[in-house]
Amino acid sequence: MANQDLLSDQGLRLDGRRAHELRRIRCKLGVFSQPDGSAYLEQGNTKVLAAVYGPHQAPGKKSNHSEVIVNCQYSMAVFSTGERKNRPRGDRKSQEMTIHLQQTLRAAIKTELYPRSQIDVFIEVLQADGGNYCASVNAATLALIDAGICLKEYVCACTASLANGNVPLMDVSHLEEVSGGATLSVASLPSSNKIAFMEMSQRFHLDHLPKVLDHALQGCQQIMSILDKAVREHLALVGSASDWGNIAK
Amino acid sequence: MANILLSDAEKTFILHGVEEDFRCDGRTRRDYRPMELETGIVSHASGSARLRLANTDILVGIKTEIDVPSPYNIDKGKIEFFIDCSANATPEFEGRGGEELAQEISDTLAKSYQSGQAFDLRKLCILPGQQCWKLYVDILILECGGNLFDAVSLAVKAALFNTKIPRVTAALMDGGNVDLSLSDDPYDCNRIEINQIPILVTVCKIGDSCVVDPSAEEEQCSAASVVVGVSQRDNKSFLTNIHMCGVGSFHQETLESSVELGLSAAEKLDEELLIALKLEEERFGKYGKKEIFGFLR
Repeated sequence: MANQDLLSDQGLRLDGRRAHELRRIRCKLGVFSQPDGSAYLEQGNTKVLAAVYGPHQAPGKKSNHSEVIVNCQYSMAVFSTGERKNRPRGDRKSQEMTIHLQQTLRAAIKTELYPRSQIDVFIEVLQADGGNYCASVNAATLALIDAGICLKEYVCACTASLANGNVPLMDVSHLEEVSGGATLSVASLPSSNKIAFMEMSQRFHLDHLPKVLDHALQGCQQIMSILDKAVREHLALVGSASDWGNIAK
Repeated sequence: MANILLSDAEKTFILHGVEEDFRCDGRTRRDYRPMELETGIVSHASGSARLRLANTDILVGIKTEIDVPSPYNIDKGKIEFFIDCSANATPEFEGRGGEELAQEISDTLAKSYQSGQAFDLRKLCILPGQQCWKLYVDILILECGGNLFDAVSLAVKAALFNTKIPRVTAALMDGGNVDLSLSDDPYDCNRIEINQIPILVTVCKIGDSCVVDPSAEEEQCSAASVVVGVSQRDNKSFLTNIHMCGVGSFHQETLESSVELGLSAAEKLDEELLIALKLEEERFGKYGKKEIFGFLR
């Protein structure tokens, strides 16, 4: 499919969104009871579950006396993609994703607070429709908050791409990912406007980078406000028995 | 499985409870915990179901593929079970940690589906010796709260009920080529007959008595359990397989009575599942457009 088709003359994308619009994000904290923290997040048709265990004592040889070890595992359900996957984890792509997640989350967690400990973050993608990394980061943030782990601030991720050679697109779906040009994935700490992680999938002209990056960062900002609202609602609900609800309002 | 540390006192408490026929959560020995079931929640799959049995959370997705029948069974389709123990359930499952348990469950499940009277693979055949359907039943264990076998088998049955296989017509062309034509209507699908599909019931021996639907804590107190596969036909229950797990042993009489207990529990369970699925189907409407709750509820 040609790059031109991504944005119609009326300025609408393949799924009916405008260039600067996110997909619908719905999320829930505390979906499971066994992990210390868990969250479910869907971004359009991408659906992700995250679970956090810890902080707990790190195994002897891995233990670090100055900061916490962040252990991640990214896996995808075999039925999550259009074509059935052969194995849920251990392939190159998941291993790469695991490393990226680890890097991103370490930038957000106050690692110095938990020496000699380990935090496990497990991500399970139930349905993949583009922006898997972003949905995973956003879900992991919520799960970490649910587990009560100290974060510097929210860490949010968003993708951006370029349509028709000059119009930046926010939060691309799988169809746009495979048919369009380069995809820029950015994880940022939106409150302080820092970039925790960035990856670009293909080449595009340097001149376009600032505006595409700008779009991705704006997406992160918007996601942060959605996550923040969800966290506040969850806490008001959880604490309503002890009358926290009134304070949180 | 999920390692729960229990002290001797806690174990004794559970044991006494079972003896008195009044378990920790108020159930009798023959009671199940409440379940939640939702079908059709994974849009990339031909059929899916999510079952939550108290704390046990199972997600099943079924994908269909066209394959060539094996030379020994030219008129039969194929079914394959794959279980993935997600690390979300317990950190022990990280990496390859859950594979042993997954293998045990999928083997038991495959054995119970083996009989032609339990699951008729001939219905999955498109053109004998040439083309057949292959069903990939992929099971994801998201949380372990005990009694995985039962939960998995119920979720699989529900997902099979939800599975829609596109209607294809096949004709043999010249030179042994097969011509497949797919119906234009995306809603023109075949369903799988599920009445005879077996379900598994775990009967857990705690002390001298046997219970159904053990919680994770109760599983810790038991040395042995027996899993029975039960298929319904003409209003009668038939055993499809028996699998023993755990390190302990059963006396012959105990084993017989536990199998009996398993059979009667399965009968009731099957009946309830069919009622629930029928309700779910009504909620669906004809064209399957409905609100999906998934994990947001």
